[in-house]
Amino acid sequence: MVKKLYLGLLFFFLYAPIIVLMVFSFNESRSGTVWTGFSLTWYEELFRDRRMQDAFRYTLLVAVISTAVSTFIGTFTAIGIQKLRPKWQAFALNVNYFPVINPEIVTAISLMMLYRSLRLDFGFATMLMSHIMFSIPYVILAVLPRLYALDKNLAEAAQDLGATPWQAIVKVIIPQIRPSIFTGALMAFTMSLDDFVISFFNSGGGVTNLSIEIYAMARRGIRPTVNALATLMVAVIFTVVLIANRISIRKAKS
Amino acid sequence: MLQKKPLITIRNLTKEFDGEVVLKGIDLTIHQNEFVTLLGPSGCGKTTLLRILGGFEQPSDGEVRFEGIDLTQIPAYKREVNTVFQKYALFPHLDVYENIAFGLRLKKVPEAAIMEKVNRMLSLVKLDGFQKRSITSLSGGQQQRIAIARALINQPKVLLLDEPLGALDLKLRQEMQYELKEMQKELGITFIFVTHDQEEALTMSDTIVVLNEGQIQQKGCPVDIYNEPNNRFVANFIGESNIVPGVMPMDLRVAFEGQTFHCVDRGFRQNEEVDVVIRPEDLQIVPEREGAFTGVVDSVIFKGVHYEILVMVGDREYVVHATKSASIGSKVGLFVSPEDIHVMKWGGA
Repeated sequence: MVKKLYLGLLFFFLYAPIIVLMVFSFNESRSGTVWTGFSLTWYEELFRDRRMQDAFRYTLLVAVISTAVSTFIGTFTAIGIQKLRPKWQAFALNVNYFPVINPEIVTAISLMMLYRSLRLDFGFATMLMSHIMFSIPYVILAVLPRLYALDKNLAEAAQDLGATPWQAIVKVIIPQIRPSIFTGALMAFTMSLDDFVISFFNSGGGVTNLSIEIYAMARRGIRPTVNALATLMVAVIFTVVLIANRISIRKAKS
Repeated sequence: MLQKKPLITIRNLTKEFDGEVVLKGIDLTIHQNEFVTLLGPSGCGKTTLLRILGGFEQPSDGEVRFEGIDLTQIPAYKREVNTVFQKYALFPHLDVYENIAFGLRLKKVPEAAIMEKVNRMLSLVKLDGFQKRSITSLSGGQQQRIAIARALINQPKVLLLDEPLGALDLKLRQEMQYELKEMQKELGITFIFVTHDQEEALTMSDTIVVLNEGQIQQKGCPVDIYNEPNNRFVANFIGESNIVPGVMPMDLRVAFEGQTFHCVDRGFRQNEEVDVVIRPEDLQIVPEREGAFTGVVDSVIFKGVHYEILVMVGDREYVVHATKSASIGSKVGLFVSPEDIHVMKWGGA
């Protein structure tokens, strides 16, 4: 009984805010506290908003490209790290881990300083580069354990049978670590989708993403369009996670 | 018998890992169509030597020539050598057919030829009809056979086998020993087989190379290795031995246990101190008065095929393998024929 109550309370605190937000995105009036009736007004307003649409497009574009690039770089970096001598492996792992535990705001400011010193124009490119940069360590962290679990002789067996080192990676190693590459990509994608701090400091020239746009809206005074937008984002993330789980369950079964 | 055509010549091969010397100046010639076993305890360097031949390690010093060509300059994927790995290293994401076809696909062999060869390999390893099976559904013995088929399909000149039977149970291991030997004769390729199991080495090999601490202790055919061990290490590692200190007063005579025996060894200095090796199965328990020397039965253990009997002669213990038991505490005589006394250079106390 106590256990169930505890669990119930926990889930209530975790999910109540999100559910309230979603419910009031369908509210007729502007109120965020009083329910006046069902409507899709705020969704209509959201879809009419050009700035929102641009932000949405940039968010998705950055997420897709940064996921692809960081997954590619991260995977091959992990394969490289795993081939180092043990001493250097430990070093590489610590170097990789630092950006993950580093406060986000510090990463954001340091990237900003870097771009400024290189005299780059802040915009889509700087935001994309930043997202690629902060995603790579997560991909490496996702892929490495799987690589360590592989039979060390697999790549050698492939080469023994006539595969060049490159062919051995593509034809044997990559297929073996595919699930963890997928996990890494999923992490990169969701991280990019909801990033605010780093994007805020490293975009410009009219390029924003949804997080920045919501922040700007909130400062102008909360309108329920924010609720509608947040509801859509939750829905997208939820769907992605659902599909990912489905795929991994099917993999586990076969 | 053997074609005595050198295939691989190894000269002064040395390998260091972070300052630790694993191979210390190996000299070895391997001939065409020879079944060579690298035998030794774990850490003796046998696997490292195999990995150098396969192209997975570079030697620190020395040379390895394959048909006269410097092998160390050729990457693993271009060598006419294939390997059967200890844990098989089959590709779990591919089925049996694709595992075996892997090497041919890389060479862009036409599909019809691949299918024909894969099927032939499957019947060679007696797994016809297994084409579509997944690797994870196979037993250890079956995986072993697939690993052999996958390595042999490239028609290598040399097959390297790294303790391939280690994970199999006794019955299956003995069966595979026989089959591997048959395959090697049938295909006419050189097998280089790594093992720590002396019985396996004696059963299968044309030539055994005994390694310890990175050095070759002895190289020879199984009978010579067993009957004429070069030193204490070989005598102890290959089967059980009684090793007794003795003296050679002259050729064909050796003195130990206070007696002088006839033997078949010669070429030692007069009164040179030597080690005398007597295999447990060469010692016979006879009535006390008929023995060359006498002792007291200390223990008797039944081992199935024979009894293992410990006889104390003074304070030295002799192991005897006999088909008849003996009663503990009884005084017995021990007898050994001259051809079963093996004399080797003194190896120190």
